[in-house]
This record gives sequence, structure tokens and C-alpha cells, in this order.
Amino acid sequence: MLDFSILTEHFPDYMAGFLNTIKASVFALIGSFILGTIIAVMRISKYRVLRAVGAVYVEFIRNIPILIVVLFFFLGLPSLGVRLDGFTAGTLGLTVYTAAFIAEAIRAGIQSVPQGQSEAARSSGMSYMQTMQHVILPQAIKLVIPPLSNQFINLIKNSSVLTIVAGLDLMYFADIISSDTYVTFSTYIFAAAFYLVLTLPLSFAALALEKRLARSA
Amino acid sequence: MDFVGAYSPDNLRFLTEGLKITLYVAAVSIVLSFVFGTIVGTIRYMKVPILSPILAVIVETLRNLPLLLIIFFIQFALPEIGFKFTVTAGVITALTLFEAAMISEIVRAGLTSIPKGQTEAARSSGLGVLQTLIHIVLPQGLRRMVPPLVSQFISLLKDTSLAVIVALAELMHNAQIVMAQNHQYPIPILLLIAVVYFVINYTLSLLSRRLEARTV
Amino acid sequence: MKKRSKKMSSALLAGIVSVTALLSACTSTGGGTSASGGSTDAAASQLDAIKERGTLVVGVKYDTKLFGLKDPASGDVEGFDIDMAHALAKSILGDESKVELKEVTSKTRIPMLNNGDIDMVIATMTITDARKKEVDFSDVYFQAGQSLLVKKGSSITGIDDVTADTTIMAAKGATSIDNIEAKVPGVKVLQFDNYQDAFNALKAGQGDALTTDDAILYGMAAQDPNYEVVGEPFSDEPYGIAIKKGETTLVEAVNKGLADLKSDGQYNEIYKKWIGKEPVTN
Repeated sequence: MLDFSILTEHFPDYMAGFLNTIKASVFALIGSFILGTIIAVMRISKYRVLRAVGAVYVEFIRNIPILIVVLFFFLGLPSLGVRLDGFTAGTLGLTVYTAAFIAEAIRAGIQSVPQGQSEAARSSGMSYMQTMQHVILPQAIKLVIPPLSNQFINLIKNSSVLTIVAGLDLMYFADIISSDTYVTFSTYIFAAAFYLVLTLPLSFAALALEKRLARSA
Repeated sequence: MDFVGAYSPDNLRFLTEGLKITLYVAAVSIVLSFVFGTIVGTIRYMKVPILSPILAVIVETLRNLPLLLIIFFIQFALPEIGFKFTVTAGVITALTLFEAAMISEIVRAGLTSIPKGQTEAARSSGLGVLQTLIHIVLPQGLRRMVPPLVSQFISLLKDTSLAVIVALAELMHNAQIVMAQNHQYPIPILLLIAVVYFVINYTLSLLSRRLEARTV
Repeated sequence: MKKRSKKMSSALLAGIVSVTALLSACTSTGGGTSASGGSTDAAASQLDAIKERGTLVVGVKYDTKLFGLKDPASGDVEGFDIDMAHALAKSILGDESKVELKEVTSKTRIPMLNNGDIDMVIATMTITDARKKEVDFSDVYFQAGQSLLVKKGSSITGIDDVTADTTIMAAKGATSIDNIEAKVPGVKVLQFDNYQDAFNALKAGQGDALTTDDAILYGMAAQDPNYEVVGEPFSDEPYGIAIKKGETTLVEAVNKGLADLKSDGQYNEIYKKWIGKEPVTN
């Protein structure tokens, strides 16, 4: 039933897509971590405007499909004079979308650090930024790691939308292979296996990490 | 950007048609995935022999695959081994499988969070295993699950947009047809459908918050 | 370094194979062993099934102006392929309204046909040797040729201007990809799920030209006058109606229908209605 010649003959295609999927996911993870941290800090800032901007970003992005965000970068931006290829537009879309979720995870992490600690740090002469950097964030990160690893798994899965904007990811190459060979079942089973090779170990690692943190807490 | 042209009455009517399909597919999938997710989650919570480990493998596999791949696989690969679906049924099946896997984990976590003491007390007062589950554990567990369940339903509604790849005539599909009319249309149309998805999903999340506030 | 990457990729391969074995074990337990669901249990022919059902289920494009386009204004699907579907329904079932249309894309049409979702594909589908191994074709019902669509004022005025540095848009599963890759080795081709997506991408400036059959491109140019078809067609694209492999009686019925349409002048009418001129007789 399974046609292994699909895998052996098209291994370079699968690999090309696989590597692009990893690249897009890693870039987007780094990008959305940075953007997410900024938005999380905005959401707990003492300035109302910043808080509002952060809240609007998170609520709006979290409630729309990722495909809209990706298509905005791919089809929408060119009419404003900015042109991005499918891979770049897709990766940026993933970044902007995932940042909303990461921002919430980080905010929850920061807010779980007892108020007393930041008051103590401030009264011992640290500035707001210093308090954040040396006292709050290091503790928050520990709480943020499990949800962050889940977001990374989601990123890998979501990166499959790149195929819709010809973003050269794993799903795109699977589409091409099945169009060329007219073999659907085997082509997508192998594609699924490539995804699982990435996501399953991450899933188990995330679970183990969560358990360990729960025990140490 | 041409907002007036993009929002012509014909285009809006066409998008509304797509929205109806989106809502229909989402509603059916939400009901089905809730039912199956609860059953699977409960079986795994009760650690039913044989069944439980099999379901664990299926749930982990589904949860770790892109939904896009599952949709395409069900529509075009499963028929090769004898399972056929219409486009609508295929999309509903894919959404149900994927989201039920997610929901079963939420249910399992919710049930596990009920203190052991309660089940033990119920059992020692003469209730059977199933009775304890139905009268003591499930009602409390489900209440705790409301927020994560609703956010999973929101994900499902957003995920219906992935059905574009099998040409289901839902909102995103119709939006793409409208966008192709003119190169000034993408931003207005993307903005419009983003607002539509947002309004529906945000309303859902507000409802969930109220429900949560009432039950706690 | 090289050795290490080789080791890594063989480890990866081993991982893929084991995960696959697991996956296929899961699906095959539920699936039974029959390789093709439709043909084994259907001792009766597809033609009989159509007659019994009383409707002809036809896979057509919804995104291709002139051949099969869903018009947001009327909600109807219109085009050359649609009229052919109605004419064939009249020939096979005696009533041109007994047609059920289903949307296909270049990527989905063969799987949908093989899965039995549709009786036939009338969707700008070129007859090729590779496809003949998958499906059966009727006689040629439209003669198209591959060409290029560009933004007006583009430096590309024909296939000779396409180089390895050119980015071409196409639809997944279309023959035009193989053709242009053979003509211009190394050309960059971006493939989309359907023609609307590809055209959207061209309009967004994601590439230099869109390639497919001239007939489809003329429809796009009619949709947006900022775009034009350039150069002479550089391939023959004879369109056929695809039917599930082995359904010879249905192929014969369709061919008879096509021949009748041509002899009674109805084919010329449909052709003129959409293409705007008389068909070239060869």
C-alpha cells in the first residue's frame, strides 16, 4: 500500500521542504519571542496608551485566522509598495500571529511573580528596567518555557500555510510531488512522518519539562 | 486601495454566502468534536485497558500534525483505501478529528484536576465508578474546562479558513475570488473578513468569560 | 562534516520510515484492503450509474474566466466548460438542466475523479501521456496553446524573453510547469493552489509572468485590463474531458455527444459565445 519509491526518489524535495519548514519555524519563534516580550511589557506598563495598543494587538490577532495575516503580507503589502516573497511573507505572518500568543504567556509569567519582589527591588534602588531585567523576567521565563515550547510546536504545524503563498515549505513540496506522481496517499503519509519527526520529540520534551517544573514549584 | 469597489453589494452578498458555510461547518464540527473529545478524554482519564493506549497514540499523532495536511489527506488520500467524503463532509471530518484530539486533552486535564478525595468519598458512599464519573467528576470538571474549551472552539472557527485548499466555498475561499477582481482589493477584503472573524470570536470569548465568572 | 550530515540524514530517513510504518498501521487497520473503493463494488458502469441517478456530476473550475468562473454577482458558474457540461447532459440524459457542478482545481481534479466524487472533469484539462495512465480522455474538445500573461509594459514580450532569472507563476498540477521548465531550464516557477491565487500573486508583483493556456490567460486579461497576453503560443494544449479509467462506455457516450454537438452547429455557437470567434477547423 505504501509506495516507498516516492520517498527515495523525492527525498531531496522532501528535505528541501523540511529544512525550509524548520527555518521558517525557528525564525518565527525568535521573532515572535522578541515581539511577544515587547507587547507583554506594554500590556503591564503604567501608560494607558501602551496598555491599550498591546491589548488591541493581542485580542485582534488571536481572534483571526493565521491565513489572513499571511495573505496580508503576501497580497496586501504590495499595494502599499512593499513586496515580499512567499517564504518571507509567510514567516513574517507566522511571527506576527504567534507573538500575540507568546505575549499572553509572558504576561501571565510576569504577573505571577509576587508584587512584593518588584517593590523590594525598586526600594533597594533598582530602576524599573533593571527590576524587569534582573528580577522579574528571569523568574517569569521559567514559567513561560512550557507554553513557549507548545507555541513552537504550533509554529511548526502552522508553517504549513506557507504552501498557499508558494512558500517552499514541506507541505508545498508534498503538493508538488503528488501533482507530479499522481500518488496522494504515500506522498502525504511521508510528509506527515516528516512533520512528526519534528513535533513528537518536542511534544514529549515539553511534557517532561512541564512535569519537572511542576515538581520543583 | 479601493474600498468602495471592493465592498460592492454583489461582493458583500457573495462573502455572506461564504460566511454561512463557515458558520455551518464550524458549528457542526464544534458539536462533534466536543462529543468525541469528551468521550476520548474520559476514557483516557479512566485508563481503560487496551482502548486507552490506542487512543493515546491516535491523539498524539493528530495533535502533532498540521491541520492543513489532515484536511488534504482525508479528502484525497483516504479514498485510495476506501473512505470517501464530499468536500463539506471531508472538512468536517478533518476538523472534528483534529479538534477532538485537542479537546480530549483539555477534558483529561480537567478531570484529573478534581481532587482524589472527592472520588474516593463518592465511591465509599456507595456510588459506582460510572455514577461517580457522571455525577461527581464530569460536572465539576466540565465547569473548569469552559475557558480552554471556548478558546479551542475559537481556534476551530479560525481553522475553517484552511479549507480553501480543498476549494470549500467558505468565507476565505470566496474572499480570494473577490480579491482577484482587482489588485486594489486585497487589503480592503482581508480587513473586512478579519473584522468578521474577530467579531464572532471575540463575542465567543466574552461569553466564555461571563460563563466562567458565573460558575466560579 | 560531510560524513556527519550523511549520518544525520540517514538517521532522519530511519526515523521517517519508522514513523510511517506506525502511521500506515493505524490507517490500514480501519481501512480494509481494497485498493480502489469505487471500481470493485461498481459492477455496473459509470454510464448506468449516471442514468440511474438522473444527473451528471461534473468537475469544473470556478476560478477561470471564459471556461468556468463563479460570478459573485449572480452566484452562477459560467463558461465554455459549463456549457459543454449542459450540452453533454442533454445528449446523455436528454435534459440539459440535469447537471451538478462541483469545483475542482488543477491539483484536485484527478483525485476527485478517481475517488468517484465526480463523473467527469471538464476543466481546461490538457490530454497528456502521463495523465492517460491515470484517467481516460474523450476526443479533443478545445485546442489551446500555452502562453504568457504579463503586466502591460513588461519587458517580456514572448517566451524568448524568459530566462533563468525570470519568476513565473503557475498552478499546482498544471502541464504548463513542465513545458516552461523544458523550454527554459532553471526558470523559477512558483506554484499556487488555483489560478486566482496565482493571478493575485502576479498582481502583487510576486513574479514576472503567469503561464498557462492562452484561453485562460485571455480570460484573465479580460478581467483586469492592466494585464495582457504576449507572444505566440509555444505549445499545443488539446483539452479533453477526463473520465475514470476503464469506463469505456461513458467515454463513447461523451465522444458521441461531442460529435453530435459539432455536426449540429451547437459546438460552434458555444465556442463563439465565449471565445468570440469561429473555431479553427483542422
